[in-house]
Amino acid sequence: MLISVTVNGQERTADVEPRTLLCYLVRDELSLTGTHVGCDTTSCGACTVLLDGVPVKSCTVLAVQVDGQELMTVEGLEQAGDLHPLQKGFWESHGLQCGFCTPGMLMTTYALLERNPDPTEDEIRRAISGNLCRCTGYQNIVKAVQYAAPLVREKREAAREVAR
Amino acid sequence: MALETTELRPLGKSIKRKEDARLVRGQGRFLDDIKLPRMLYLALVRSPYAHARIVGIDTARARALPGVHLVLTGEDLAKLNLAWMPTLAGDKQMVLATDKVLFQYQEVAAVIADTRALAEDGAALVEVTYDPLPVVVDPRRALEPDAPVLRDDREQRDNHIFHWEVGERAATDEALRASAVVVKESIRMPRVHPAPVEPCGCIADYDGAMGKLTWYVTSQAPHAHRTVLAMVAGLPEHKIHVISPDVGGGFGNKVPVFPGYVAAIVGSISLGRPVKWVETRTENLTSTNFARDYFMDVELGADDKGRVTALKVTTVADHGAFDAAADPTKYPAGLFSIVTGSYDFPTAFAEVDAAYTNKAPGGIAYRCSFRVTEASFLIERAMNSLALKLGVDPADLRFQNFIGSDRFPYDSPLGWTYDSGNYAATLNRALDMIDYRALRQEQAERRARGEFMGIGISTFTEIVGAGPSQSFDILGIKMFDSCEIRVHPTGKVIARLGTRHQGQGHETTFAQIIAEELGLSTEDVLVEEGDTDTAPYGLGTYASRSTPTAGGAAALAARRVRDKGRKIAAHLLEVSDDEVEWDGQRFYAAGAPEHAVSMAEVSLAAYTNLPAGMEPGLEATFYYDPPNLTFPNGAYVAVVDIDKGTGEAKVRRFVAVDDCGTVINPMVVEGQIHGGLTEGFAIAFMQEIAFDEDGNCLAPNFTEYLVPTAVEAPKWETDRTVTPSPHHPIGAKGVGESPNVGSPAAFANAVMDALSPLGVTNLDIPLFPWKIWEVLRQHGVTE
Ligand code: FES
Ligand code: FES
Repeated sequence: MLISVTVNGQERTADVEPRTLLCYLVRDELSLTGTHVGCDTTSCGACTVLLDGVPVKSCTVLAVQVDGQELMTVEGLEQAGDLHPLQKGFWESHGLQCGFCTPGMLMTTYALLERNPDPTEDEIRRAISGNLCRCTGYQNIVKAVQYAAPLVREKREAAREVAR
Repeated sequence: MALETTELRPLGKSIKRKEDARLVRGQGRFLDDIKLPRMLYLALVRSPYAHARIVGIDTARARALPGVHLVLTGEDLAKLNLAWMPTLAGDKQMVLATDKVLFQYQEVAAVIADTRALAEDGAALVEVTYDPLPVVVDPRRALEPDAPVLRDDREQRDNHIFHWEVGERAATDEALRASAVVVKESIRMPRVHPAPVEPCGCIADYDGAMGKLTWYVTSQAPHAHRTVLAMVAGLPEHKIHVISPDVGGGFGNKVPVFPGYVAAIVGSISLGRPVKWVETRTENLTSTNFARDYFMDVELGADDKGRVTALKVTTVADHGAFDAAADPTKYPAGLFSIVTGSYDFPTAFAEVDAAYTNKAPGGIAYRCSFRVTEASFLIERAMNSLALKLGVDPADLRFQNFIGSDRFPYDSPLGWTYDSGNYAATLNRALDMIDYRALRQEQAERRARGEFMGIGISTFTEIVGAGPSQSFDILGIKMFDSCEIRVHPTGKVIARLGTRHQGQGHETTFAQIIAEELGLSTEDVLVEEGDTDTAPYGLGTYASRSTPTAGGAAALAARRVRDKGRKIAAHLLEVSDDEVEWDGQRFYAAGAPEHAVSMAEVSLAAYTNLPAGMEPGLEATFYYDPPNLTFPNGAYVAVVDIDKGTGEAKVRRFVAVDDCGTVINPMVVEGQIHGGLTEGFAIAFMQEIAFDEDGNCLAPNFTEYLVPTAVEAPKWETDRTVTPSPHHPIGAKGVGESPNVGSPAAFANAVMDALSPLGVTNLDIPLFPWKIWEVLRQHGVTE
């Protein structure tokens, strides 16, 4: 089946089998290997991407379901050579070790800050409870999001200023 | 991107990690990210039975499926003499089963096809007829004389693998008889799985024209894997190129060689095309190597004043269907003899009997230096029971029995020489941080109100950094490690090591060691690991050995470079060699510090302006054979509140004070401790690979094998004391495993402390809420 999808702002088309999972469309067909696969039961969240802005586990969505929709992956976070505040936060706060869970964590927390720009620690922990990390114990991931939250708010303010 | 620091003298500083530049961008290169031209995919057919005779395998339908290139069975492999492969433990393991299967999910056939999906389609079409046999899942049953013999390939007609013992049996029995108090417990450390988020996998790419195999593999020990492959497959070692790309967590899981690897290699050689195999999570949890599964009986004696007199441990170990434990050759029970822990036992004895069962093979060191977690859990749990029996405070009991800081180097009764420690200072720091006396006060008040609050202590000593060549080898290969340093004309460095990090931060921390020794910044040092064509030989990263072994090699290789640098500096400064001083950043002429040259200037001179007769270039390699192991230690205190309605033990606080000697990067050390504590928490409360009596695995994926999410994971409070290792080149001891080794007992001790008013001294971990609730119910105190 031929599908077309906007990925990180770019129009892409691909020919997929009806049974192909979204994670394999992203990884194998679109060669965006930042999205990882860590389980077969929708448990680990390493495969999290944003579908029309909503975090989904791409191992649990069929590629054909995203026809005509908008996809954002970890590769879409950095803008014009400037890392997203969350990427900076993970780096600054040592929110990653092996880095395998990191892309999924980034996408989930990106969506969190979009809907809740000033989350509490509990809200952050609940938001990432569908993303497993075996290395960090999550404490520094929480810190990374806390580091990023004010920067994201500032960015949004600045964008609003410009719009005005 | 300017996040990296350019600081000089980087040792001991929280320098941000170099590897994160790619990892936060999703630009890591993990095994499954690699796609080669003409690559095929492999899927495995696995047994639904835990023990069964194979009556027949029909591969015709699978072979007929368009897109399937090859179907391999055990019979095909037998023709190549590869139906079985040796394990690291000196046993052998079936690659693909020929006549019978010995555990559920055992590998029976392999299907290689154009795509991942087609390979799985093909695997589903392989028809295997089984004749089920009686199943043995309990190792104690396996050792009974009338148990069915599982391994009929062996001459030995029982399920016993080995007996191992250490210490003085008679003296220990005698001392226990003479003791005023003896506590006895049966302590179980259940089967668990490391379950890194990235599963295991490989790509075998055989180039028939050159006779060269390139093997990309999720490996913690690429050099060892290459040697094993040379031995198993008979390929010349220099024509095997092992590449371990970015590894998404290992924790011991990625040390052994698995049947899927061998099948992919045979497939690539047969077809002349690259073959990729990546296991699913279910395959990971059910077949590629468990950890622990120790049943331990302990007797701990003390005199009437509470001084420990003797320790005796009798253990039955479940090694599954094949003994695929990854232990140093001379230590079939790993370093379990660290079981006397931090305490000054006059005498001790420990023994382990290992058995085959119809369960997945393994016995790997899950975030642990070979059975040290089992040993540490046992002694810390037993000390808790002794305190309960004596009616003394468990902290006081520990202070009373610690090996004193003036006793190092300390010879333990089971044969180790502990390098250094200050156990009382470490525990004091932890008790201060948590305000222990106030907590005991609060506990007394809560108990009076019928509440169950518990405080658990663990003051463990680890043994890591295997190891000194006189006693440590794997398949005969000594467990040294290595570092090669090349300094280029402009003073920039590439360093390669025999280890392979999986998140530990070596690209940064080893750069810090080398930069410190050479007076450079970490940005000047590129660290590479995981490529056997370029890195010097080493045994890999597990058992907290990287810093004790390769970290030592890095410092000493850098000192070799500096020694040559000193001679070049003398030439540049126009003084004699012994008139050159080093201030940590520059060489200068003695008595004239302004007359100085930097390492960069010396580097350039090594290629442009050498003293007469000196060999050009500036490189050094060091193979470091450590004189002893290192003994990291720590004091952990957990506080739990038990919910009388659900039985859940809620962790209110957890303080961890670690002593891992010299700290290279405090941020990285703290991160390791957070991660290890979270795994220790999981082992105490959630993680278990359980089986039913038919040998069906009850935790074959993440919906049943419970690993903690951010919601369950407690918040950690950490600090450290620093007692450097006297024999390590920079005084470091290794830390990655301490928290996982030391913390399960702190949690379990806290729960037993909470339940002690009910007379409970021991419950098996994992301490699921239902287990605790059941105890509360029996005592009529549920809510
Ligand atoms: S791979 Fe999608 S949730 Fe694990
Ligand atoms: S950093 Fe390794 S799984 Fe999260």
